[in-house]
Parts: sequence; structure tokens; C-alpha cells
Amino acid sequence: MKALDELNFPEDVKYTKDHEWAKTDGDTITIGLSDYAQDQLGEIVFVELPEEGDTFDQGDEFGSVESVKAVSEIYLPISGEIVAVNEDLEDAPELVNNDCYAGGWLVKIKPEDMSEMDSLMDQGAYLDMLKG
Amino acid sequence: MKQPGTSGLIFNEPQLWEKSREGRCAISLPKADVERVEMDPSLTGDAPDLPQLSELDVVRHFTRLSQWNFGVDSGMYPLGSCTMKYNPKTNEVQAARQGFAGAHPLTGEEFSQGALRLMYELEQLLGEITGFPAVTLQPAAGAHGELAGMLIIHAYHAKQGRQRSKILIPDTAHGTNPASASLCGYDSVNIKSGPDGILAPETVAAAMDEDTAGIMITNPNTLGLFEENIKEVCDIVHAKGGLVYGDGANMNAIMGVVKPGDLGIDVLHLNLHKTFSTPHGGGGPGSGPVGVVEKLIPFLPVPRVERELDTYKFVTDCPDTIGRMHTFYGHFGVLVKAYSYILTMGAEGLTNASKYAVLNANYIKESLKDTLNLCYDRPCMHECVFNDKKQQEYHITTMDIAKRLLDYGFHPPTVYFPLVVDAAFMVEPTETESKEDIDQFIDAVKAIAKEAMETPEKLKKAPMLPKVTRLDEVTAARKPCLRG
Amino acid sequence: MRYLPHTREDIDQMLAKTGHASLDDLFDTIPDALKIKDGLDLPDAMSEWDLNAHMEALASTNIACKNYTCFIGAGSYDHYIPSIVPYLVSRSEFMTAYTPYQPEVSQGTLQAIYEFQTMVTELLGMDISTASHYDCGTALAECALIALRKSRKANKIAVSSLVHPAHREIINTYIAPAGYEMVEIPATAQGLTDVAAFEAMDGVAGVAVQSPNFFGNIEDLGAFRAAADAKKVLMIASFTEALAWGLLKSPGSFGADLVAGEGQSLGIAKTFGGPGLGLLAGTQKMMRNLPGRLIGKTKDLNGQDGYVLTLATREQHIRREKASSNICSNNGLNATTASVYLATIGKIGIREIARQNHDKAVYLKNALTGAGFESVFDGPFFNEFVLKAPQGFAEKRAALIRDNCMFAGMPLDSCYPELKDHYLFCATETVSKQDMDLLAKEVQS
Repeated sequence: MKALDELNFPEDVKYTKDHEWAKTDGDTITIGLSDYAQDQLGEIVFVELPEEGDTFDQGDEFGSVESVKAVSEIYLPISGEIVAVNEDLEDAPELVNNDCYAGGWLVKIKPEDMSEMDSLMDQGAYLDMLKG
Repeated sequence: MKQPGTSGLIFNEPQLWEKSREGRCAISLPKADVERVEMDPSLTGDAPDLPQLSELDVVRHFTRLSQWNFGVDSGMYPLGSCTMKYNPKTNEVQAARQGFAGAHPLTGEEFSQGALRLMYELEQLLGEITGFPAVTLQPAAGAHGELAGMLIIHAYHAKQGRQRSKILIPDTAHGTNPASASLCGYDSVNIKSGPDGILAPETVAAAMDEDTAGIMITNPNTLGLFEENIKEVCDIVHAKGGLVYGDGANMNAIMGVVKPGDLGIDVLHLNLHKTFSTPHGGGGPGSGPVGVVEKLIPFLPVPRVERELDTYKFVTDCPDTIGRMHTFYGHFGVLVKAYSYILTMGAEGLTNASKYAVLNANYIKESLKDTLNLCYDRPCMHECVFNDKKQQEYHITTMDIAKRLLDYGFHPPTVYFPLVVDAAFMVEPTETESKEDIDQFIDAVKAIAKEAMETPEKLKKAPMLPKVTRLDEVTAARKPCLRG
Repeated sequence: MRYLPHTREDIDQMLAKTGHASLDDLFDTIPDALKIKDGLDLPDAMSEWDLNAHMEALASTNIACKNYTCFIGAGSYDHYIPSIVPYLVSRSEFMTAYTPYQPEVSQGTLQAIYEFQTMVTELLGMDISTASHYDCGTALAECALIALRKSRKANKIAVSSLVHPAHREIINTYIAPAGYEMVEIPATAQGLTDVAAFEAMDGVAGVAVQSPNFFGNIEDLGAFRAAADAKKVLMIASFTEALAWGLLKSPGSFGADLVAGEGQSLGIAKTFGGPGLGLLAGTQKMMRNLPGRLIGKTKDLNGQDGYVLTLATREQHIRREKASSNICSNNGLNATTASVYLATIGKIGIREIARQNHDKAVYLKNALTGAGFESVFDGPFFNEFVLKAPQGFAEKRAALIRDNCMFAGMPLDSCYPELKDHYLFCATETVSKQDMDLLAKEVQS
């Protein structure tokens, strides 16, 4: 596992305490796992995602990420309806390891209440938490 | 003495179908003595495309495969919580007797008296060893016994008129515990063990309430420690109307010393393939008998074996039973082996087995505690748990040490379990290992610890002697290839 | 005691190291009040000589000690076991190994079970086979649970009343505590599962049908596939006689989603009903729902082929309470046995053995109906069938056991009370024409 200063935490996304990130993209929000989370999980072998049209509340478990010997639940940063899932992950779950802020995104949602984004951490707050 | 590890005589061998040649067959087919009858062709398919081989092809194939395996007969196999003791050969002879191996399960009680008597007597023997008035032999494995036990607890609460929703499970438990509980619809409540590695009564008291069905306890626990507060814990659970499930996976430590039935445990499963010497077979078949206290007897699975004078019979008329767990009567062939073992050992033999198992583990603990980090420095039962804390500065992990042990000719201990210890290295030598073999193991671990400091790359590359090196488990899981 | 190597000197030296004065002191962490006072009350230890005598005495009170003729199947079948099968499987490297958690020194078990998985998928026409289960009944119960968990609405599973009675009992044991329910599909007069009755059922998560069914009759699995499709639910096929697939169209060819079966016929001794071999197979779609171990092929660091346990995240040691099952073992050695057996009989052998089973069963049925038995069902069967016995057969059956060590069928009324005087017969390749003629003659006399 890497030291914090070897990891990448972009400024243009928001973070959760469960290590997901969320990024506003017009009227949808893209969700993924932070560099810290993918590094902790190790080599990811399978990502289980919901179906388009499913709806979840903020903080709901919406899928899971598996390495060879562990399963971690993933939680939705804000409430909304799933409008897209990253189908590339079916054949290439390693995208979450290699490119967690772009090609390794998990789902896109249509948020129920955009203001929930304000409850998430910015880069500084997230780093403070990790250093905690 | 030289360490046993060596490269050995290992052959390459392809998959069966690569050796297949059209027209070969390794069985001499009997001559048909009745007329051939053609079945309606709409019902028949092509013959399954099985490999076509001669008898020697088959013999060489599986002989070569077997040589890539490490078994108890090959060397010391100190897998924690698995009790890899010697599997006596006489047990195999007994189970292979025509009267047992050739018995059809449905010829009727009158013609199966030997089998029924053996089952009845084995129930009595296991009852005496564990302190329970009744035992069922039906569960096919330890986890199956756990399921039977949890179903019994579930049925008991149902019979009391009010089902409960939760079950307490300590953080040292086997993963089968929560999985078995959830099959009964119980939510698992995780109970933290104390800093000394055992359960504190206060922790259990704080979690136990009248909506909790009971607790699942492994004693000795998976850290190899006796749950000293077991009696208090059982009292707390019983006071709220709960039941205590005992996971008897570690019974090998306490035969003839303690009876789980005396401790306040209500239901207990045993693993005949651990404590009672039946072979593990590369993953089974095992057997997981379950003992219960008096008030739970009505809930045992059916059929039950009963004796009437000198006749044995199956009884199915038990209105409160949890039902049937196995198509017939459980893994009878495994039962014969365990019965044969108990008769061979006798009371003194079994008690000594536990004493020597505990002696061997404590001897390893004392001998290696300066080499590896000992997680709980207190007297252990039949196993002890170390980890890689002392090797971390050389970037050597428990996995590296385990893999290097293979080159030294030892099967590694259980690693990365129990989960309460980081990178656990859990050693269970069992009683059948001699002092010389154990000393060799200790020397091997010490030599590896020295290598970890001086030539860590040797550990990173290990194992080097077996037929294959470390395998790519990530690709195996990302792109599963489950058939040839 | 010959299994315990400790000499007095060893014990003293080891105790000196651990700092204990005696072996008993090793147990000081156990409160005295909890310890046994008078030792265990068990029979005296036996020498191997005494044990042999005792065990032979027990075994000899089982009829199986004699060379008996068994016209009973019903989930446990008498098949010829080639001598290389037990010979190879008893190699201690297979027998005394644990679960292959250290793949580098377990390639023998791993490849043998991978080959088992491959041959089972071939036999059943399915995509994936697990590394095995306890027996057919428990495998079938797991399949029922898969269907129930996958269905978000239904809490019932439809099960044919012609599924082996013990298997139906096991399903009930497994599913009822979690609040699920089994509904039985009635049988038709032809001894087949009533597909129309299933079509009329609402709120089921899946359907389980055995073929050949408990009466030996071959079911129309295609009709159940269609009916399951109409309801958008899973179809589970089960079987107790694995050698049937040497002749019959595989359950996979009818589109079964899951298959649970008994593999005892594949080289495993009857052993009073266990251990047998649970076969459990699924389509690709079911991969992550399957219970228990799966073995996969991969490469080692040097690029050589090798095998590992894989997709373990489904299992209890990782997913704990959310695991796909609580199973922690498989019937590994029996899976290895099946692997050796299937490699031994091969493509030619399985077809011929299956045909002989069918031929003999047809011959026996004809011989018995000629001797006064009444045929009950007219449809096709593999190696088992039901007949109604003529008056006085029960006494003759008892005499045949006594005088000829011959078990002439199994009475059905204990499982199906309406079928008084009905018997389930089985003929495999191990019975001879002579045996069958003798039976017919005795029945007629």
C-alpha cells in the first residue's frame, strides 16, 4: 500500500467518509472510488453494480467491490436514480485500480437533491480525515 | 537431521482430454446378456464426450497428480484449527469391509443391524466424550453440523412461542458461524474479545437481551485460548432465555479434560475429520455430529437411531424435529473410521492425545516466541498464533514465510485467520507429531526468519521446489476459467 | 499407543521448555471446577487384532457382508467399481491432504477436481460445475435457496412431488426457518409431474423437477423450461442416477438454470447411504450465486499452467453472514473418485454401461409383468420403474431375502401411502439375466 503523498486526490470532486468520490457533470453526478480506497482494496477482480433505473438514498449500499480475498460494500454519496453504470468494468475491473477518477468510474446518477453535494468533503477535508 | 524439503521426482502431466485417443477405454465392459432395447431417439443424446484412455493412462495420470500434493503422510501439516493429525490406516480397512461399504441404505433395519449398532454406539461414545445425553450423526460436515445446531436453536425458540432475531458471535469465530446463523434468519451481532484474547462476561452481558437467540462460542477459541469465563458467559445467556452454541472444531485440545456439556453449552458440533482422525480427503467428505442437552433432544434431525433390547431401529416419529439434513443417515463411511479410532484409543489414549496436542503447541509457542511475534503471550491450548510484526521491517509478510516453509518441506500453518490478528500465522501441530519433527519445524521457521533479514528475496520468490510457483489468483478471479 | 510418539524423555524436555511441572499443569487456564474428575468412561483400548474381530462381527450382521442381489435403487445404486478407482483414490497424497489452500503443494487435488468440474459440465450439458456438495438432497436445497434469494417477490418454491422424498424433506429443513415455503406439484396418472398444475401456480421463485423422477420415469424437462420461462423463474433439474446421462439428453440441453444431482453412481461405494457426492451445476449467469468451492485454471509466475480455488468472495470465510452458503468443504475425495471413474469408463464405457442399465431394466420389467406384476406407468424410464405386486408378494419378497439374499424392489407405501403393494425396482449392469430370471420364477411359483 502506498503512502498518502503517493496517492492522487483531485480537487474537482467531492469525497465521502467511505472513500467514494462524486463529481457534478451537468445535471448528473458521476460516482467512483478514491485512489485511497482502490489502493487499500488491492487488485480488484469484480465490481457488482446496480441496474439503471434503481433508486437509492444517500448513504445506501449500492454495490460491492471485490479483491481476491475481500468484499467491500460501496455506498452512494447522494440520493438519486442510477442513469448509467460503467459496463467496461464487467470485463476490466482493473480500471478501478488503474484509472479510478476517469475510466474506472462506477455509476452516474440523477440526483434527487443537488444540495446533498454540500454535505460531502472537499479535497482538503478528505485529506485531513485520512491523516486523522 | 536434514530438513525434509527437496525437489523430489515430479512429472509433468497434461489434462485428461489431452491424452485422449478415439477408441480407448479403461474398463472391460461386461457382455450384454439381455436383448438391446432402443430408446425413443427423441429422448437420447450424444454420449458425453469423456476422455478415452487405457487403464495405464488413467493410472499414470492420477499417480502423477497425486505426487504434486502434500498430505499428512508426506510431512508435518500444522494448519491451525484444522487438526491435521495422522489418519490411521486401520480405519480405512474397517470402513472398506464389504458389510459396511457394500450396504445399500434401504435394505431395511433387519438387515442393517451392524450399521445401526455402530451408529448407536458411536453416539454413546461421543456423548460421553462431550458430556451430552444425545448426539445426531447425520450432519455431513462441520458447517452442516453448525447449521443443524442453529436450526435446533431456531426450533427451540419457535416452540417457546416467540422467535428471536439475533445471535451473538465473537470476532474470533469461523466464518461458517455467521453464515449458518443467517440461514435461520438470525442477524449476527459481533462481540469483541478482550485484550487477553478471550470473551469478557461484561461484553456479552451488554449485548445479550431477550431478542437474542443465543451465542456461538468456539472453545478453545481460534486463538488457541480456553474461554476461561465460559461458565459466566453461559449463565448470562441462559438468564435471558438464550441458548449457547458450541463450535467443537477445537475439541482436540480438551478430550478427557473438560466436557463441553458441563460448561453450560447447549448444542455442540464435532468435526470427526479433525478430532477423530478421519482423513480430510483434499476437502471432504467430513462429518459433523451434534450433541445436545436434554431439553433439545426433541428437535434433533430424523431419523434417530434407537435401541430396543438388542435390536436397533430408525425412528422418524418426532413431532418437534428440525427435519432431515441428509438423504440417508449422514456420512456413514466416515462414522466407521471415527468409531474405529475411538475404540483404538480408549479413554487414556484420547486424553493423552489432547495432552500431547497441548504440549506440542506450547512447546512451539515457547520455542518460536523470540523469532516471530507471539500475539497473546499466555498459555495456549492446542494451537498458538503468531504474526509477521517482527519481519515487517524487512518487508516480509506472513505469506512469504508460509511459502518459504514449503521449500523446507513443511505445510504452512493457517495464515490470515483468525481475522482479529493482523496477518495471523496459526500453528496447530497435533499430538501425532514427534519432538524431532517439531524441532525440525522450529529450526525451519528460525532459518526462514534469518533469511528474512539477510536474503529476503529468497522468501519473495518462494516456493521454488514445488511443481509450480506462486499462482496468479487475480487473473483466476478476473477471468474465471472453470472447465477445460 | 502407537499413534502417539512421545517418550517420557520427550515429555520432560518439552515441559522444561514450556515451564510446566506436569502435563496437567498445561491446563491451568481452565478453572478447576470445570474439569472432569474421574476421566472418561469408554471401553478399553483395543489392539488392531481385537478391533478387526469386533468390526468384522459388526459388519457381518449387515446383509451386505454377503453377496446380495439388489433390485433397489431409490437414490443409491449398485454399479461395478473398477479396481483402479479405489486403488488410485486411496493414494495418501489425495486422502490425507486438506482443502487446497496452498495451491503450490495441492496441484494434484486441484487438477483432479478441475477435471471433475469439466467432466460434470460435459455430462450435464451445463456451463459450470462446483467442486461438489454433500449429496443431491443438500445440493438441491441450495439450488432452491438460490432461486428464492434471487426472486425479490416470491417466497415459495415449486417442487415436484416426484422429487426423491428425502430431498423434499431436506429442502423443507433448509428453507422453512428463513420464512420460505415449498409447494409440491402433484403427479399425473402417468407418473409424471403435472406441468399444468405448475403453470397454474402463482408467486413461486422457481421450479424443481427430478428426471428420471423418483418412480424412474423420464420427465419432459422442456415443458418445465417453457413453463418456467412463462413465469420468468428459474428451472432446477435434479437426478439421483448420474449414469442416466450416458444415454439420455442432458438437463442442460433443455435449458436448466441449475442442476443438482447425486454422483454416487460414479465409482462410489453405497456405504449405507453416505458419503455420496452432491453434483451442483449452473449456467454462466449463475456463477456468482453458486455455493461452495470452485477451482479455476491460471498461470504461475513462470507462466506454467496451474489451478487455484477461485471466486472465494462468494464463500463464508470471506462474506460471512452474506455468503452464498455456509458450506466450507466439498466431498472432495469422492469428487476425485468420480474423476477417476469417468476417466476410466470414458466416452465409450459410459454409453455402453448406460445402455446395459436400460436394457436390463426393460428386461426385468417384462419378466416381472410376465410373472404376475402389473405395470403401472407406460412411459419411458432409464433403470428404475414401478410395478404393482400380485397378492402374497410381500411374503415371497421376505423369503427371497432369506433364501437368496435378493432384495426384490422397495415398497413405496411408506413414502406414498396411496401406493400400497407398489414397488420401485431397479436393474443396473451388475444384475445378470440369471438373477432376473430367478426373481421372475420365484414370484410366479
